[in-house]
Amino acid sequence: MWRRYDIALVGSSVFGFVLLVTILASVVAPYDPMARNIKNRFAPPSPEYAFGTDQLGRDVLSRVIHGGRPILGASFTAVVCALAAGTIIGVSAGYLGGWLDTVLMRLMDVMLSFPSILLAILIVATLGVGLLNVTVAIGFSMAPVFARLARSIVITLVYEEYVAAARSLGASDRHIVWKHILPNMMPPIIVQASAMLAVAIGAASALNFIGLGVEPGTPDWGMMVAEGQRLIFDAPHVPLFPGLVITVTVLSVNYMGDGLRDHLDPKLRRQGV
Amino acid sequence: MFAYLLKRLIWLPVVLWAVSSLTFLALRIVPGNPIQTVRNQVMDKSQLAQVEAVWGLNRPISEQYLNFLSELVRGDLGLAMSSGVPIRRMIYERMPPTIELAIVSLILSTGIGVLSGVASVAIRNRAIDYSVRTASILGLSLPLFWVGIMLIIIFSVNLRWTPTSGRIGAGVAYEVITNFMFYDLVATGNWEALGSFLRHLVLPGVTIGLTSAGFVARLTRSAMLEVMNSDYIRTARAKGLFERSVIWKHAMRNAMLPIITLQGLQFGAILGGAVITERVFAYPGMGTWLLDGILERDYSVVQGGIIFVALAYVLMNLLVDILYRVIDPRLRYSNS
Repeated sequence: MWRRYDIALVGSSVFGFVLLVTILASVVAPYDPMARNIKNRFAPPSPEYAFGTDQLGRDVLSRVIHGGRPILGASFTAVVCALAAGTIIGVSAGYLGGWLDTVLMRLMDVMLSFPSILLAILIVATLGVGLLNVTVAIGFSMAPVFARLARSIVITLVYEEYVAAARSLGASDRHIVWKHILPNMMPPIIVQASAMLAVAIGAASALNFIGLGVEPGTPDWGMMVAEGQRLIFDAPHVPLFPGLVITVTVLSVNYMGDGLRDHLDPKLRRQGV
Repeated sequence: MFAYLLKRLIWLPVVLWAVSSLTFLALRIVPGNPIQTVRNQVMDKSQLAQVEAVWGLNRPISEQYLNFLSELVRGDLGLAMSSGVPIRRMIYERMPPTIELAIVSLILSTGIGVLSGVASVAIRNRAIDYSVRTASILGLSLPLFWVGIMLIIIFSVNLRWTPTSGRIGAGVAYEVITNFMFYDLVATGNWEALGSFLRHLVLPGVTIGLTSAGFVARLTRSAMLEVMNSDYIRTARAKGLFERSVIWKHAMRNAMLPIITLQGLQFGAILGGAVITERVFAYPGMGTWLLDGILERDYSVVQGGIIFVALAYVLMNLLVDILYRVIDPRLRYSNS
């Protein structure tokens, strides 16, 4: 029990560290991520260049530090938008019921039947290439997850005694939703959001890797691995480090999510899923 | 069973119509068309207009849509705008490699995932359970494209065991019958080419297989845990059955249902993973083809690719439903 809790704590700390470094990138990075130094290209990791240099002599560590911005920015925005849109859809469907419920949820089922990464690729396929479209695609593909969850919570909450009490006191629908339903549905929604954040970071880096997101040459974890693939014979450290950082980040978010779930949803704790 | 199958198959054209119409509209709502984006550097306005007229892009969208639908009904997906090659021919060339990759990945992810999931429950050993859980959460967190490149660095660049890219060695002679290369090479007894083919397939397969095995292991573990606490397992043990038989015959059969559902869903994830993995290994499948089509805004390629992915996905879900009925006799006799 304690062990799982410790890991969750380590996960949150590591993710906090990654976020902090990403936000303070221009202060923390030892070099300019775009500064070229052709004389010193393909330098292996050394005290001077901790992660080595790439084919243009740019410092890989500084590029990794800056490289979290596009991916973390896109994934956070996508998850927040998906959470907001999904919750609105789920609450409307669950609270109002009727034909609206049927139509909205059938639509969500259709979207859910497609796996998120494939749906995201298909959405970028139609919208065109770019980081904004990647964000839209990831957010769009995740909204149904939140909608389904929100609806399933709402339909149990509307039968709670405190909701019936509020209604018998003459509270409006808006009051009931804002004061009684939304606050009580937040814990599971937050657990879901942390799980989806891990998926979103993976999806954003994959989409940037295959060239559907940021422009070539941008310091970005996915793009750096893609461009580093050409250097596997000369400088394998160039694709190594950004990928390692993606793994550590996603892993820390996953452990953080597990910890949150254990903390907020004790029912699952016993199974240790 | 037959009536059920028929009912499901009737829906197939409806789903395909909806997917293709959505794709068609979405592609045309966004400004810019393939002619303008790909060749605008070399052509002046009148030439652009001429090429657009050839492809019918200057006509009203409603007319383009009706045209597209009538061609689709006849099974004609048109020509690729960037190369002029018929889409049907491209699908014939590009689909078999992706299906081969998907099958290998599915086998690896199911094999590794189910075995380790069962092991973590059946062998009552904290260390094994703990390492399976850690490995599966790691599998969920690893970016698949990076795993692919790391495998290339280890096994292709350093150990020189496998090639870095492609589907078969450049100088290898072989006969194409169905373009499903495994079948073709076994049917013609071309063992040398088969070796080259398998060496090209192993790393992409392992890349997808390993990264999706984490999901399978996690789910198998929780499904097995739930089943192991049920009454019939206690009964089976009380009868004095061997533990091996309790696990594989009693527990496994019941834990299979959620695992098969997941593998059906995983198939979609594997198709998505294939797009990325094919890029890493320059593997000539649907994924690289669709991706090139996206980057060039080639309407016909994107439409053809998406319709095909949707078809594969719907058929896979149908297969899962049928498997369900084979495994669970309760469903076979109910009239859903």
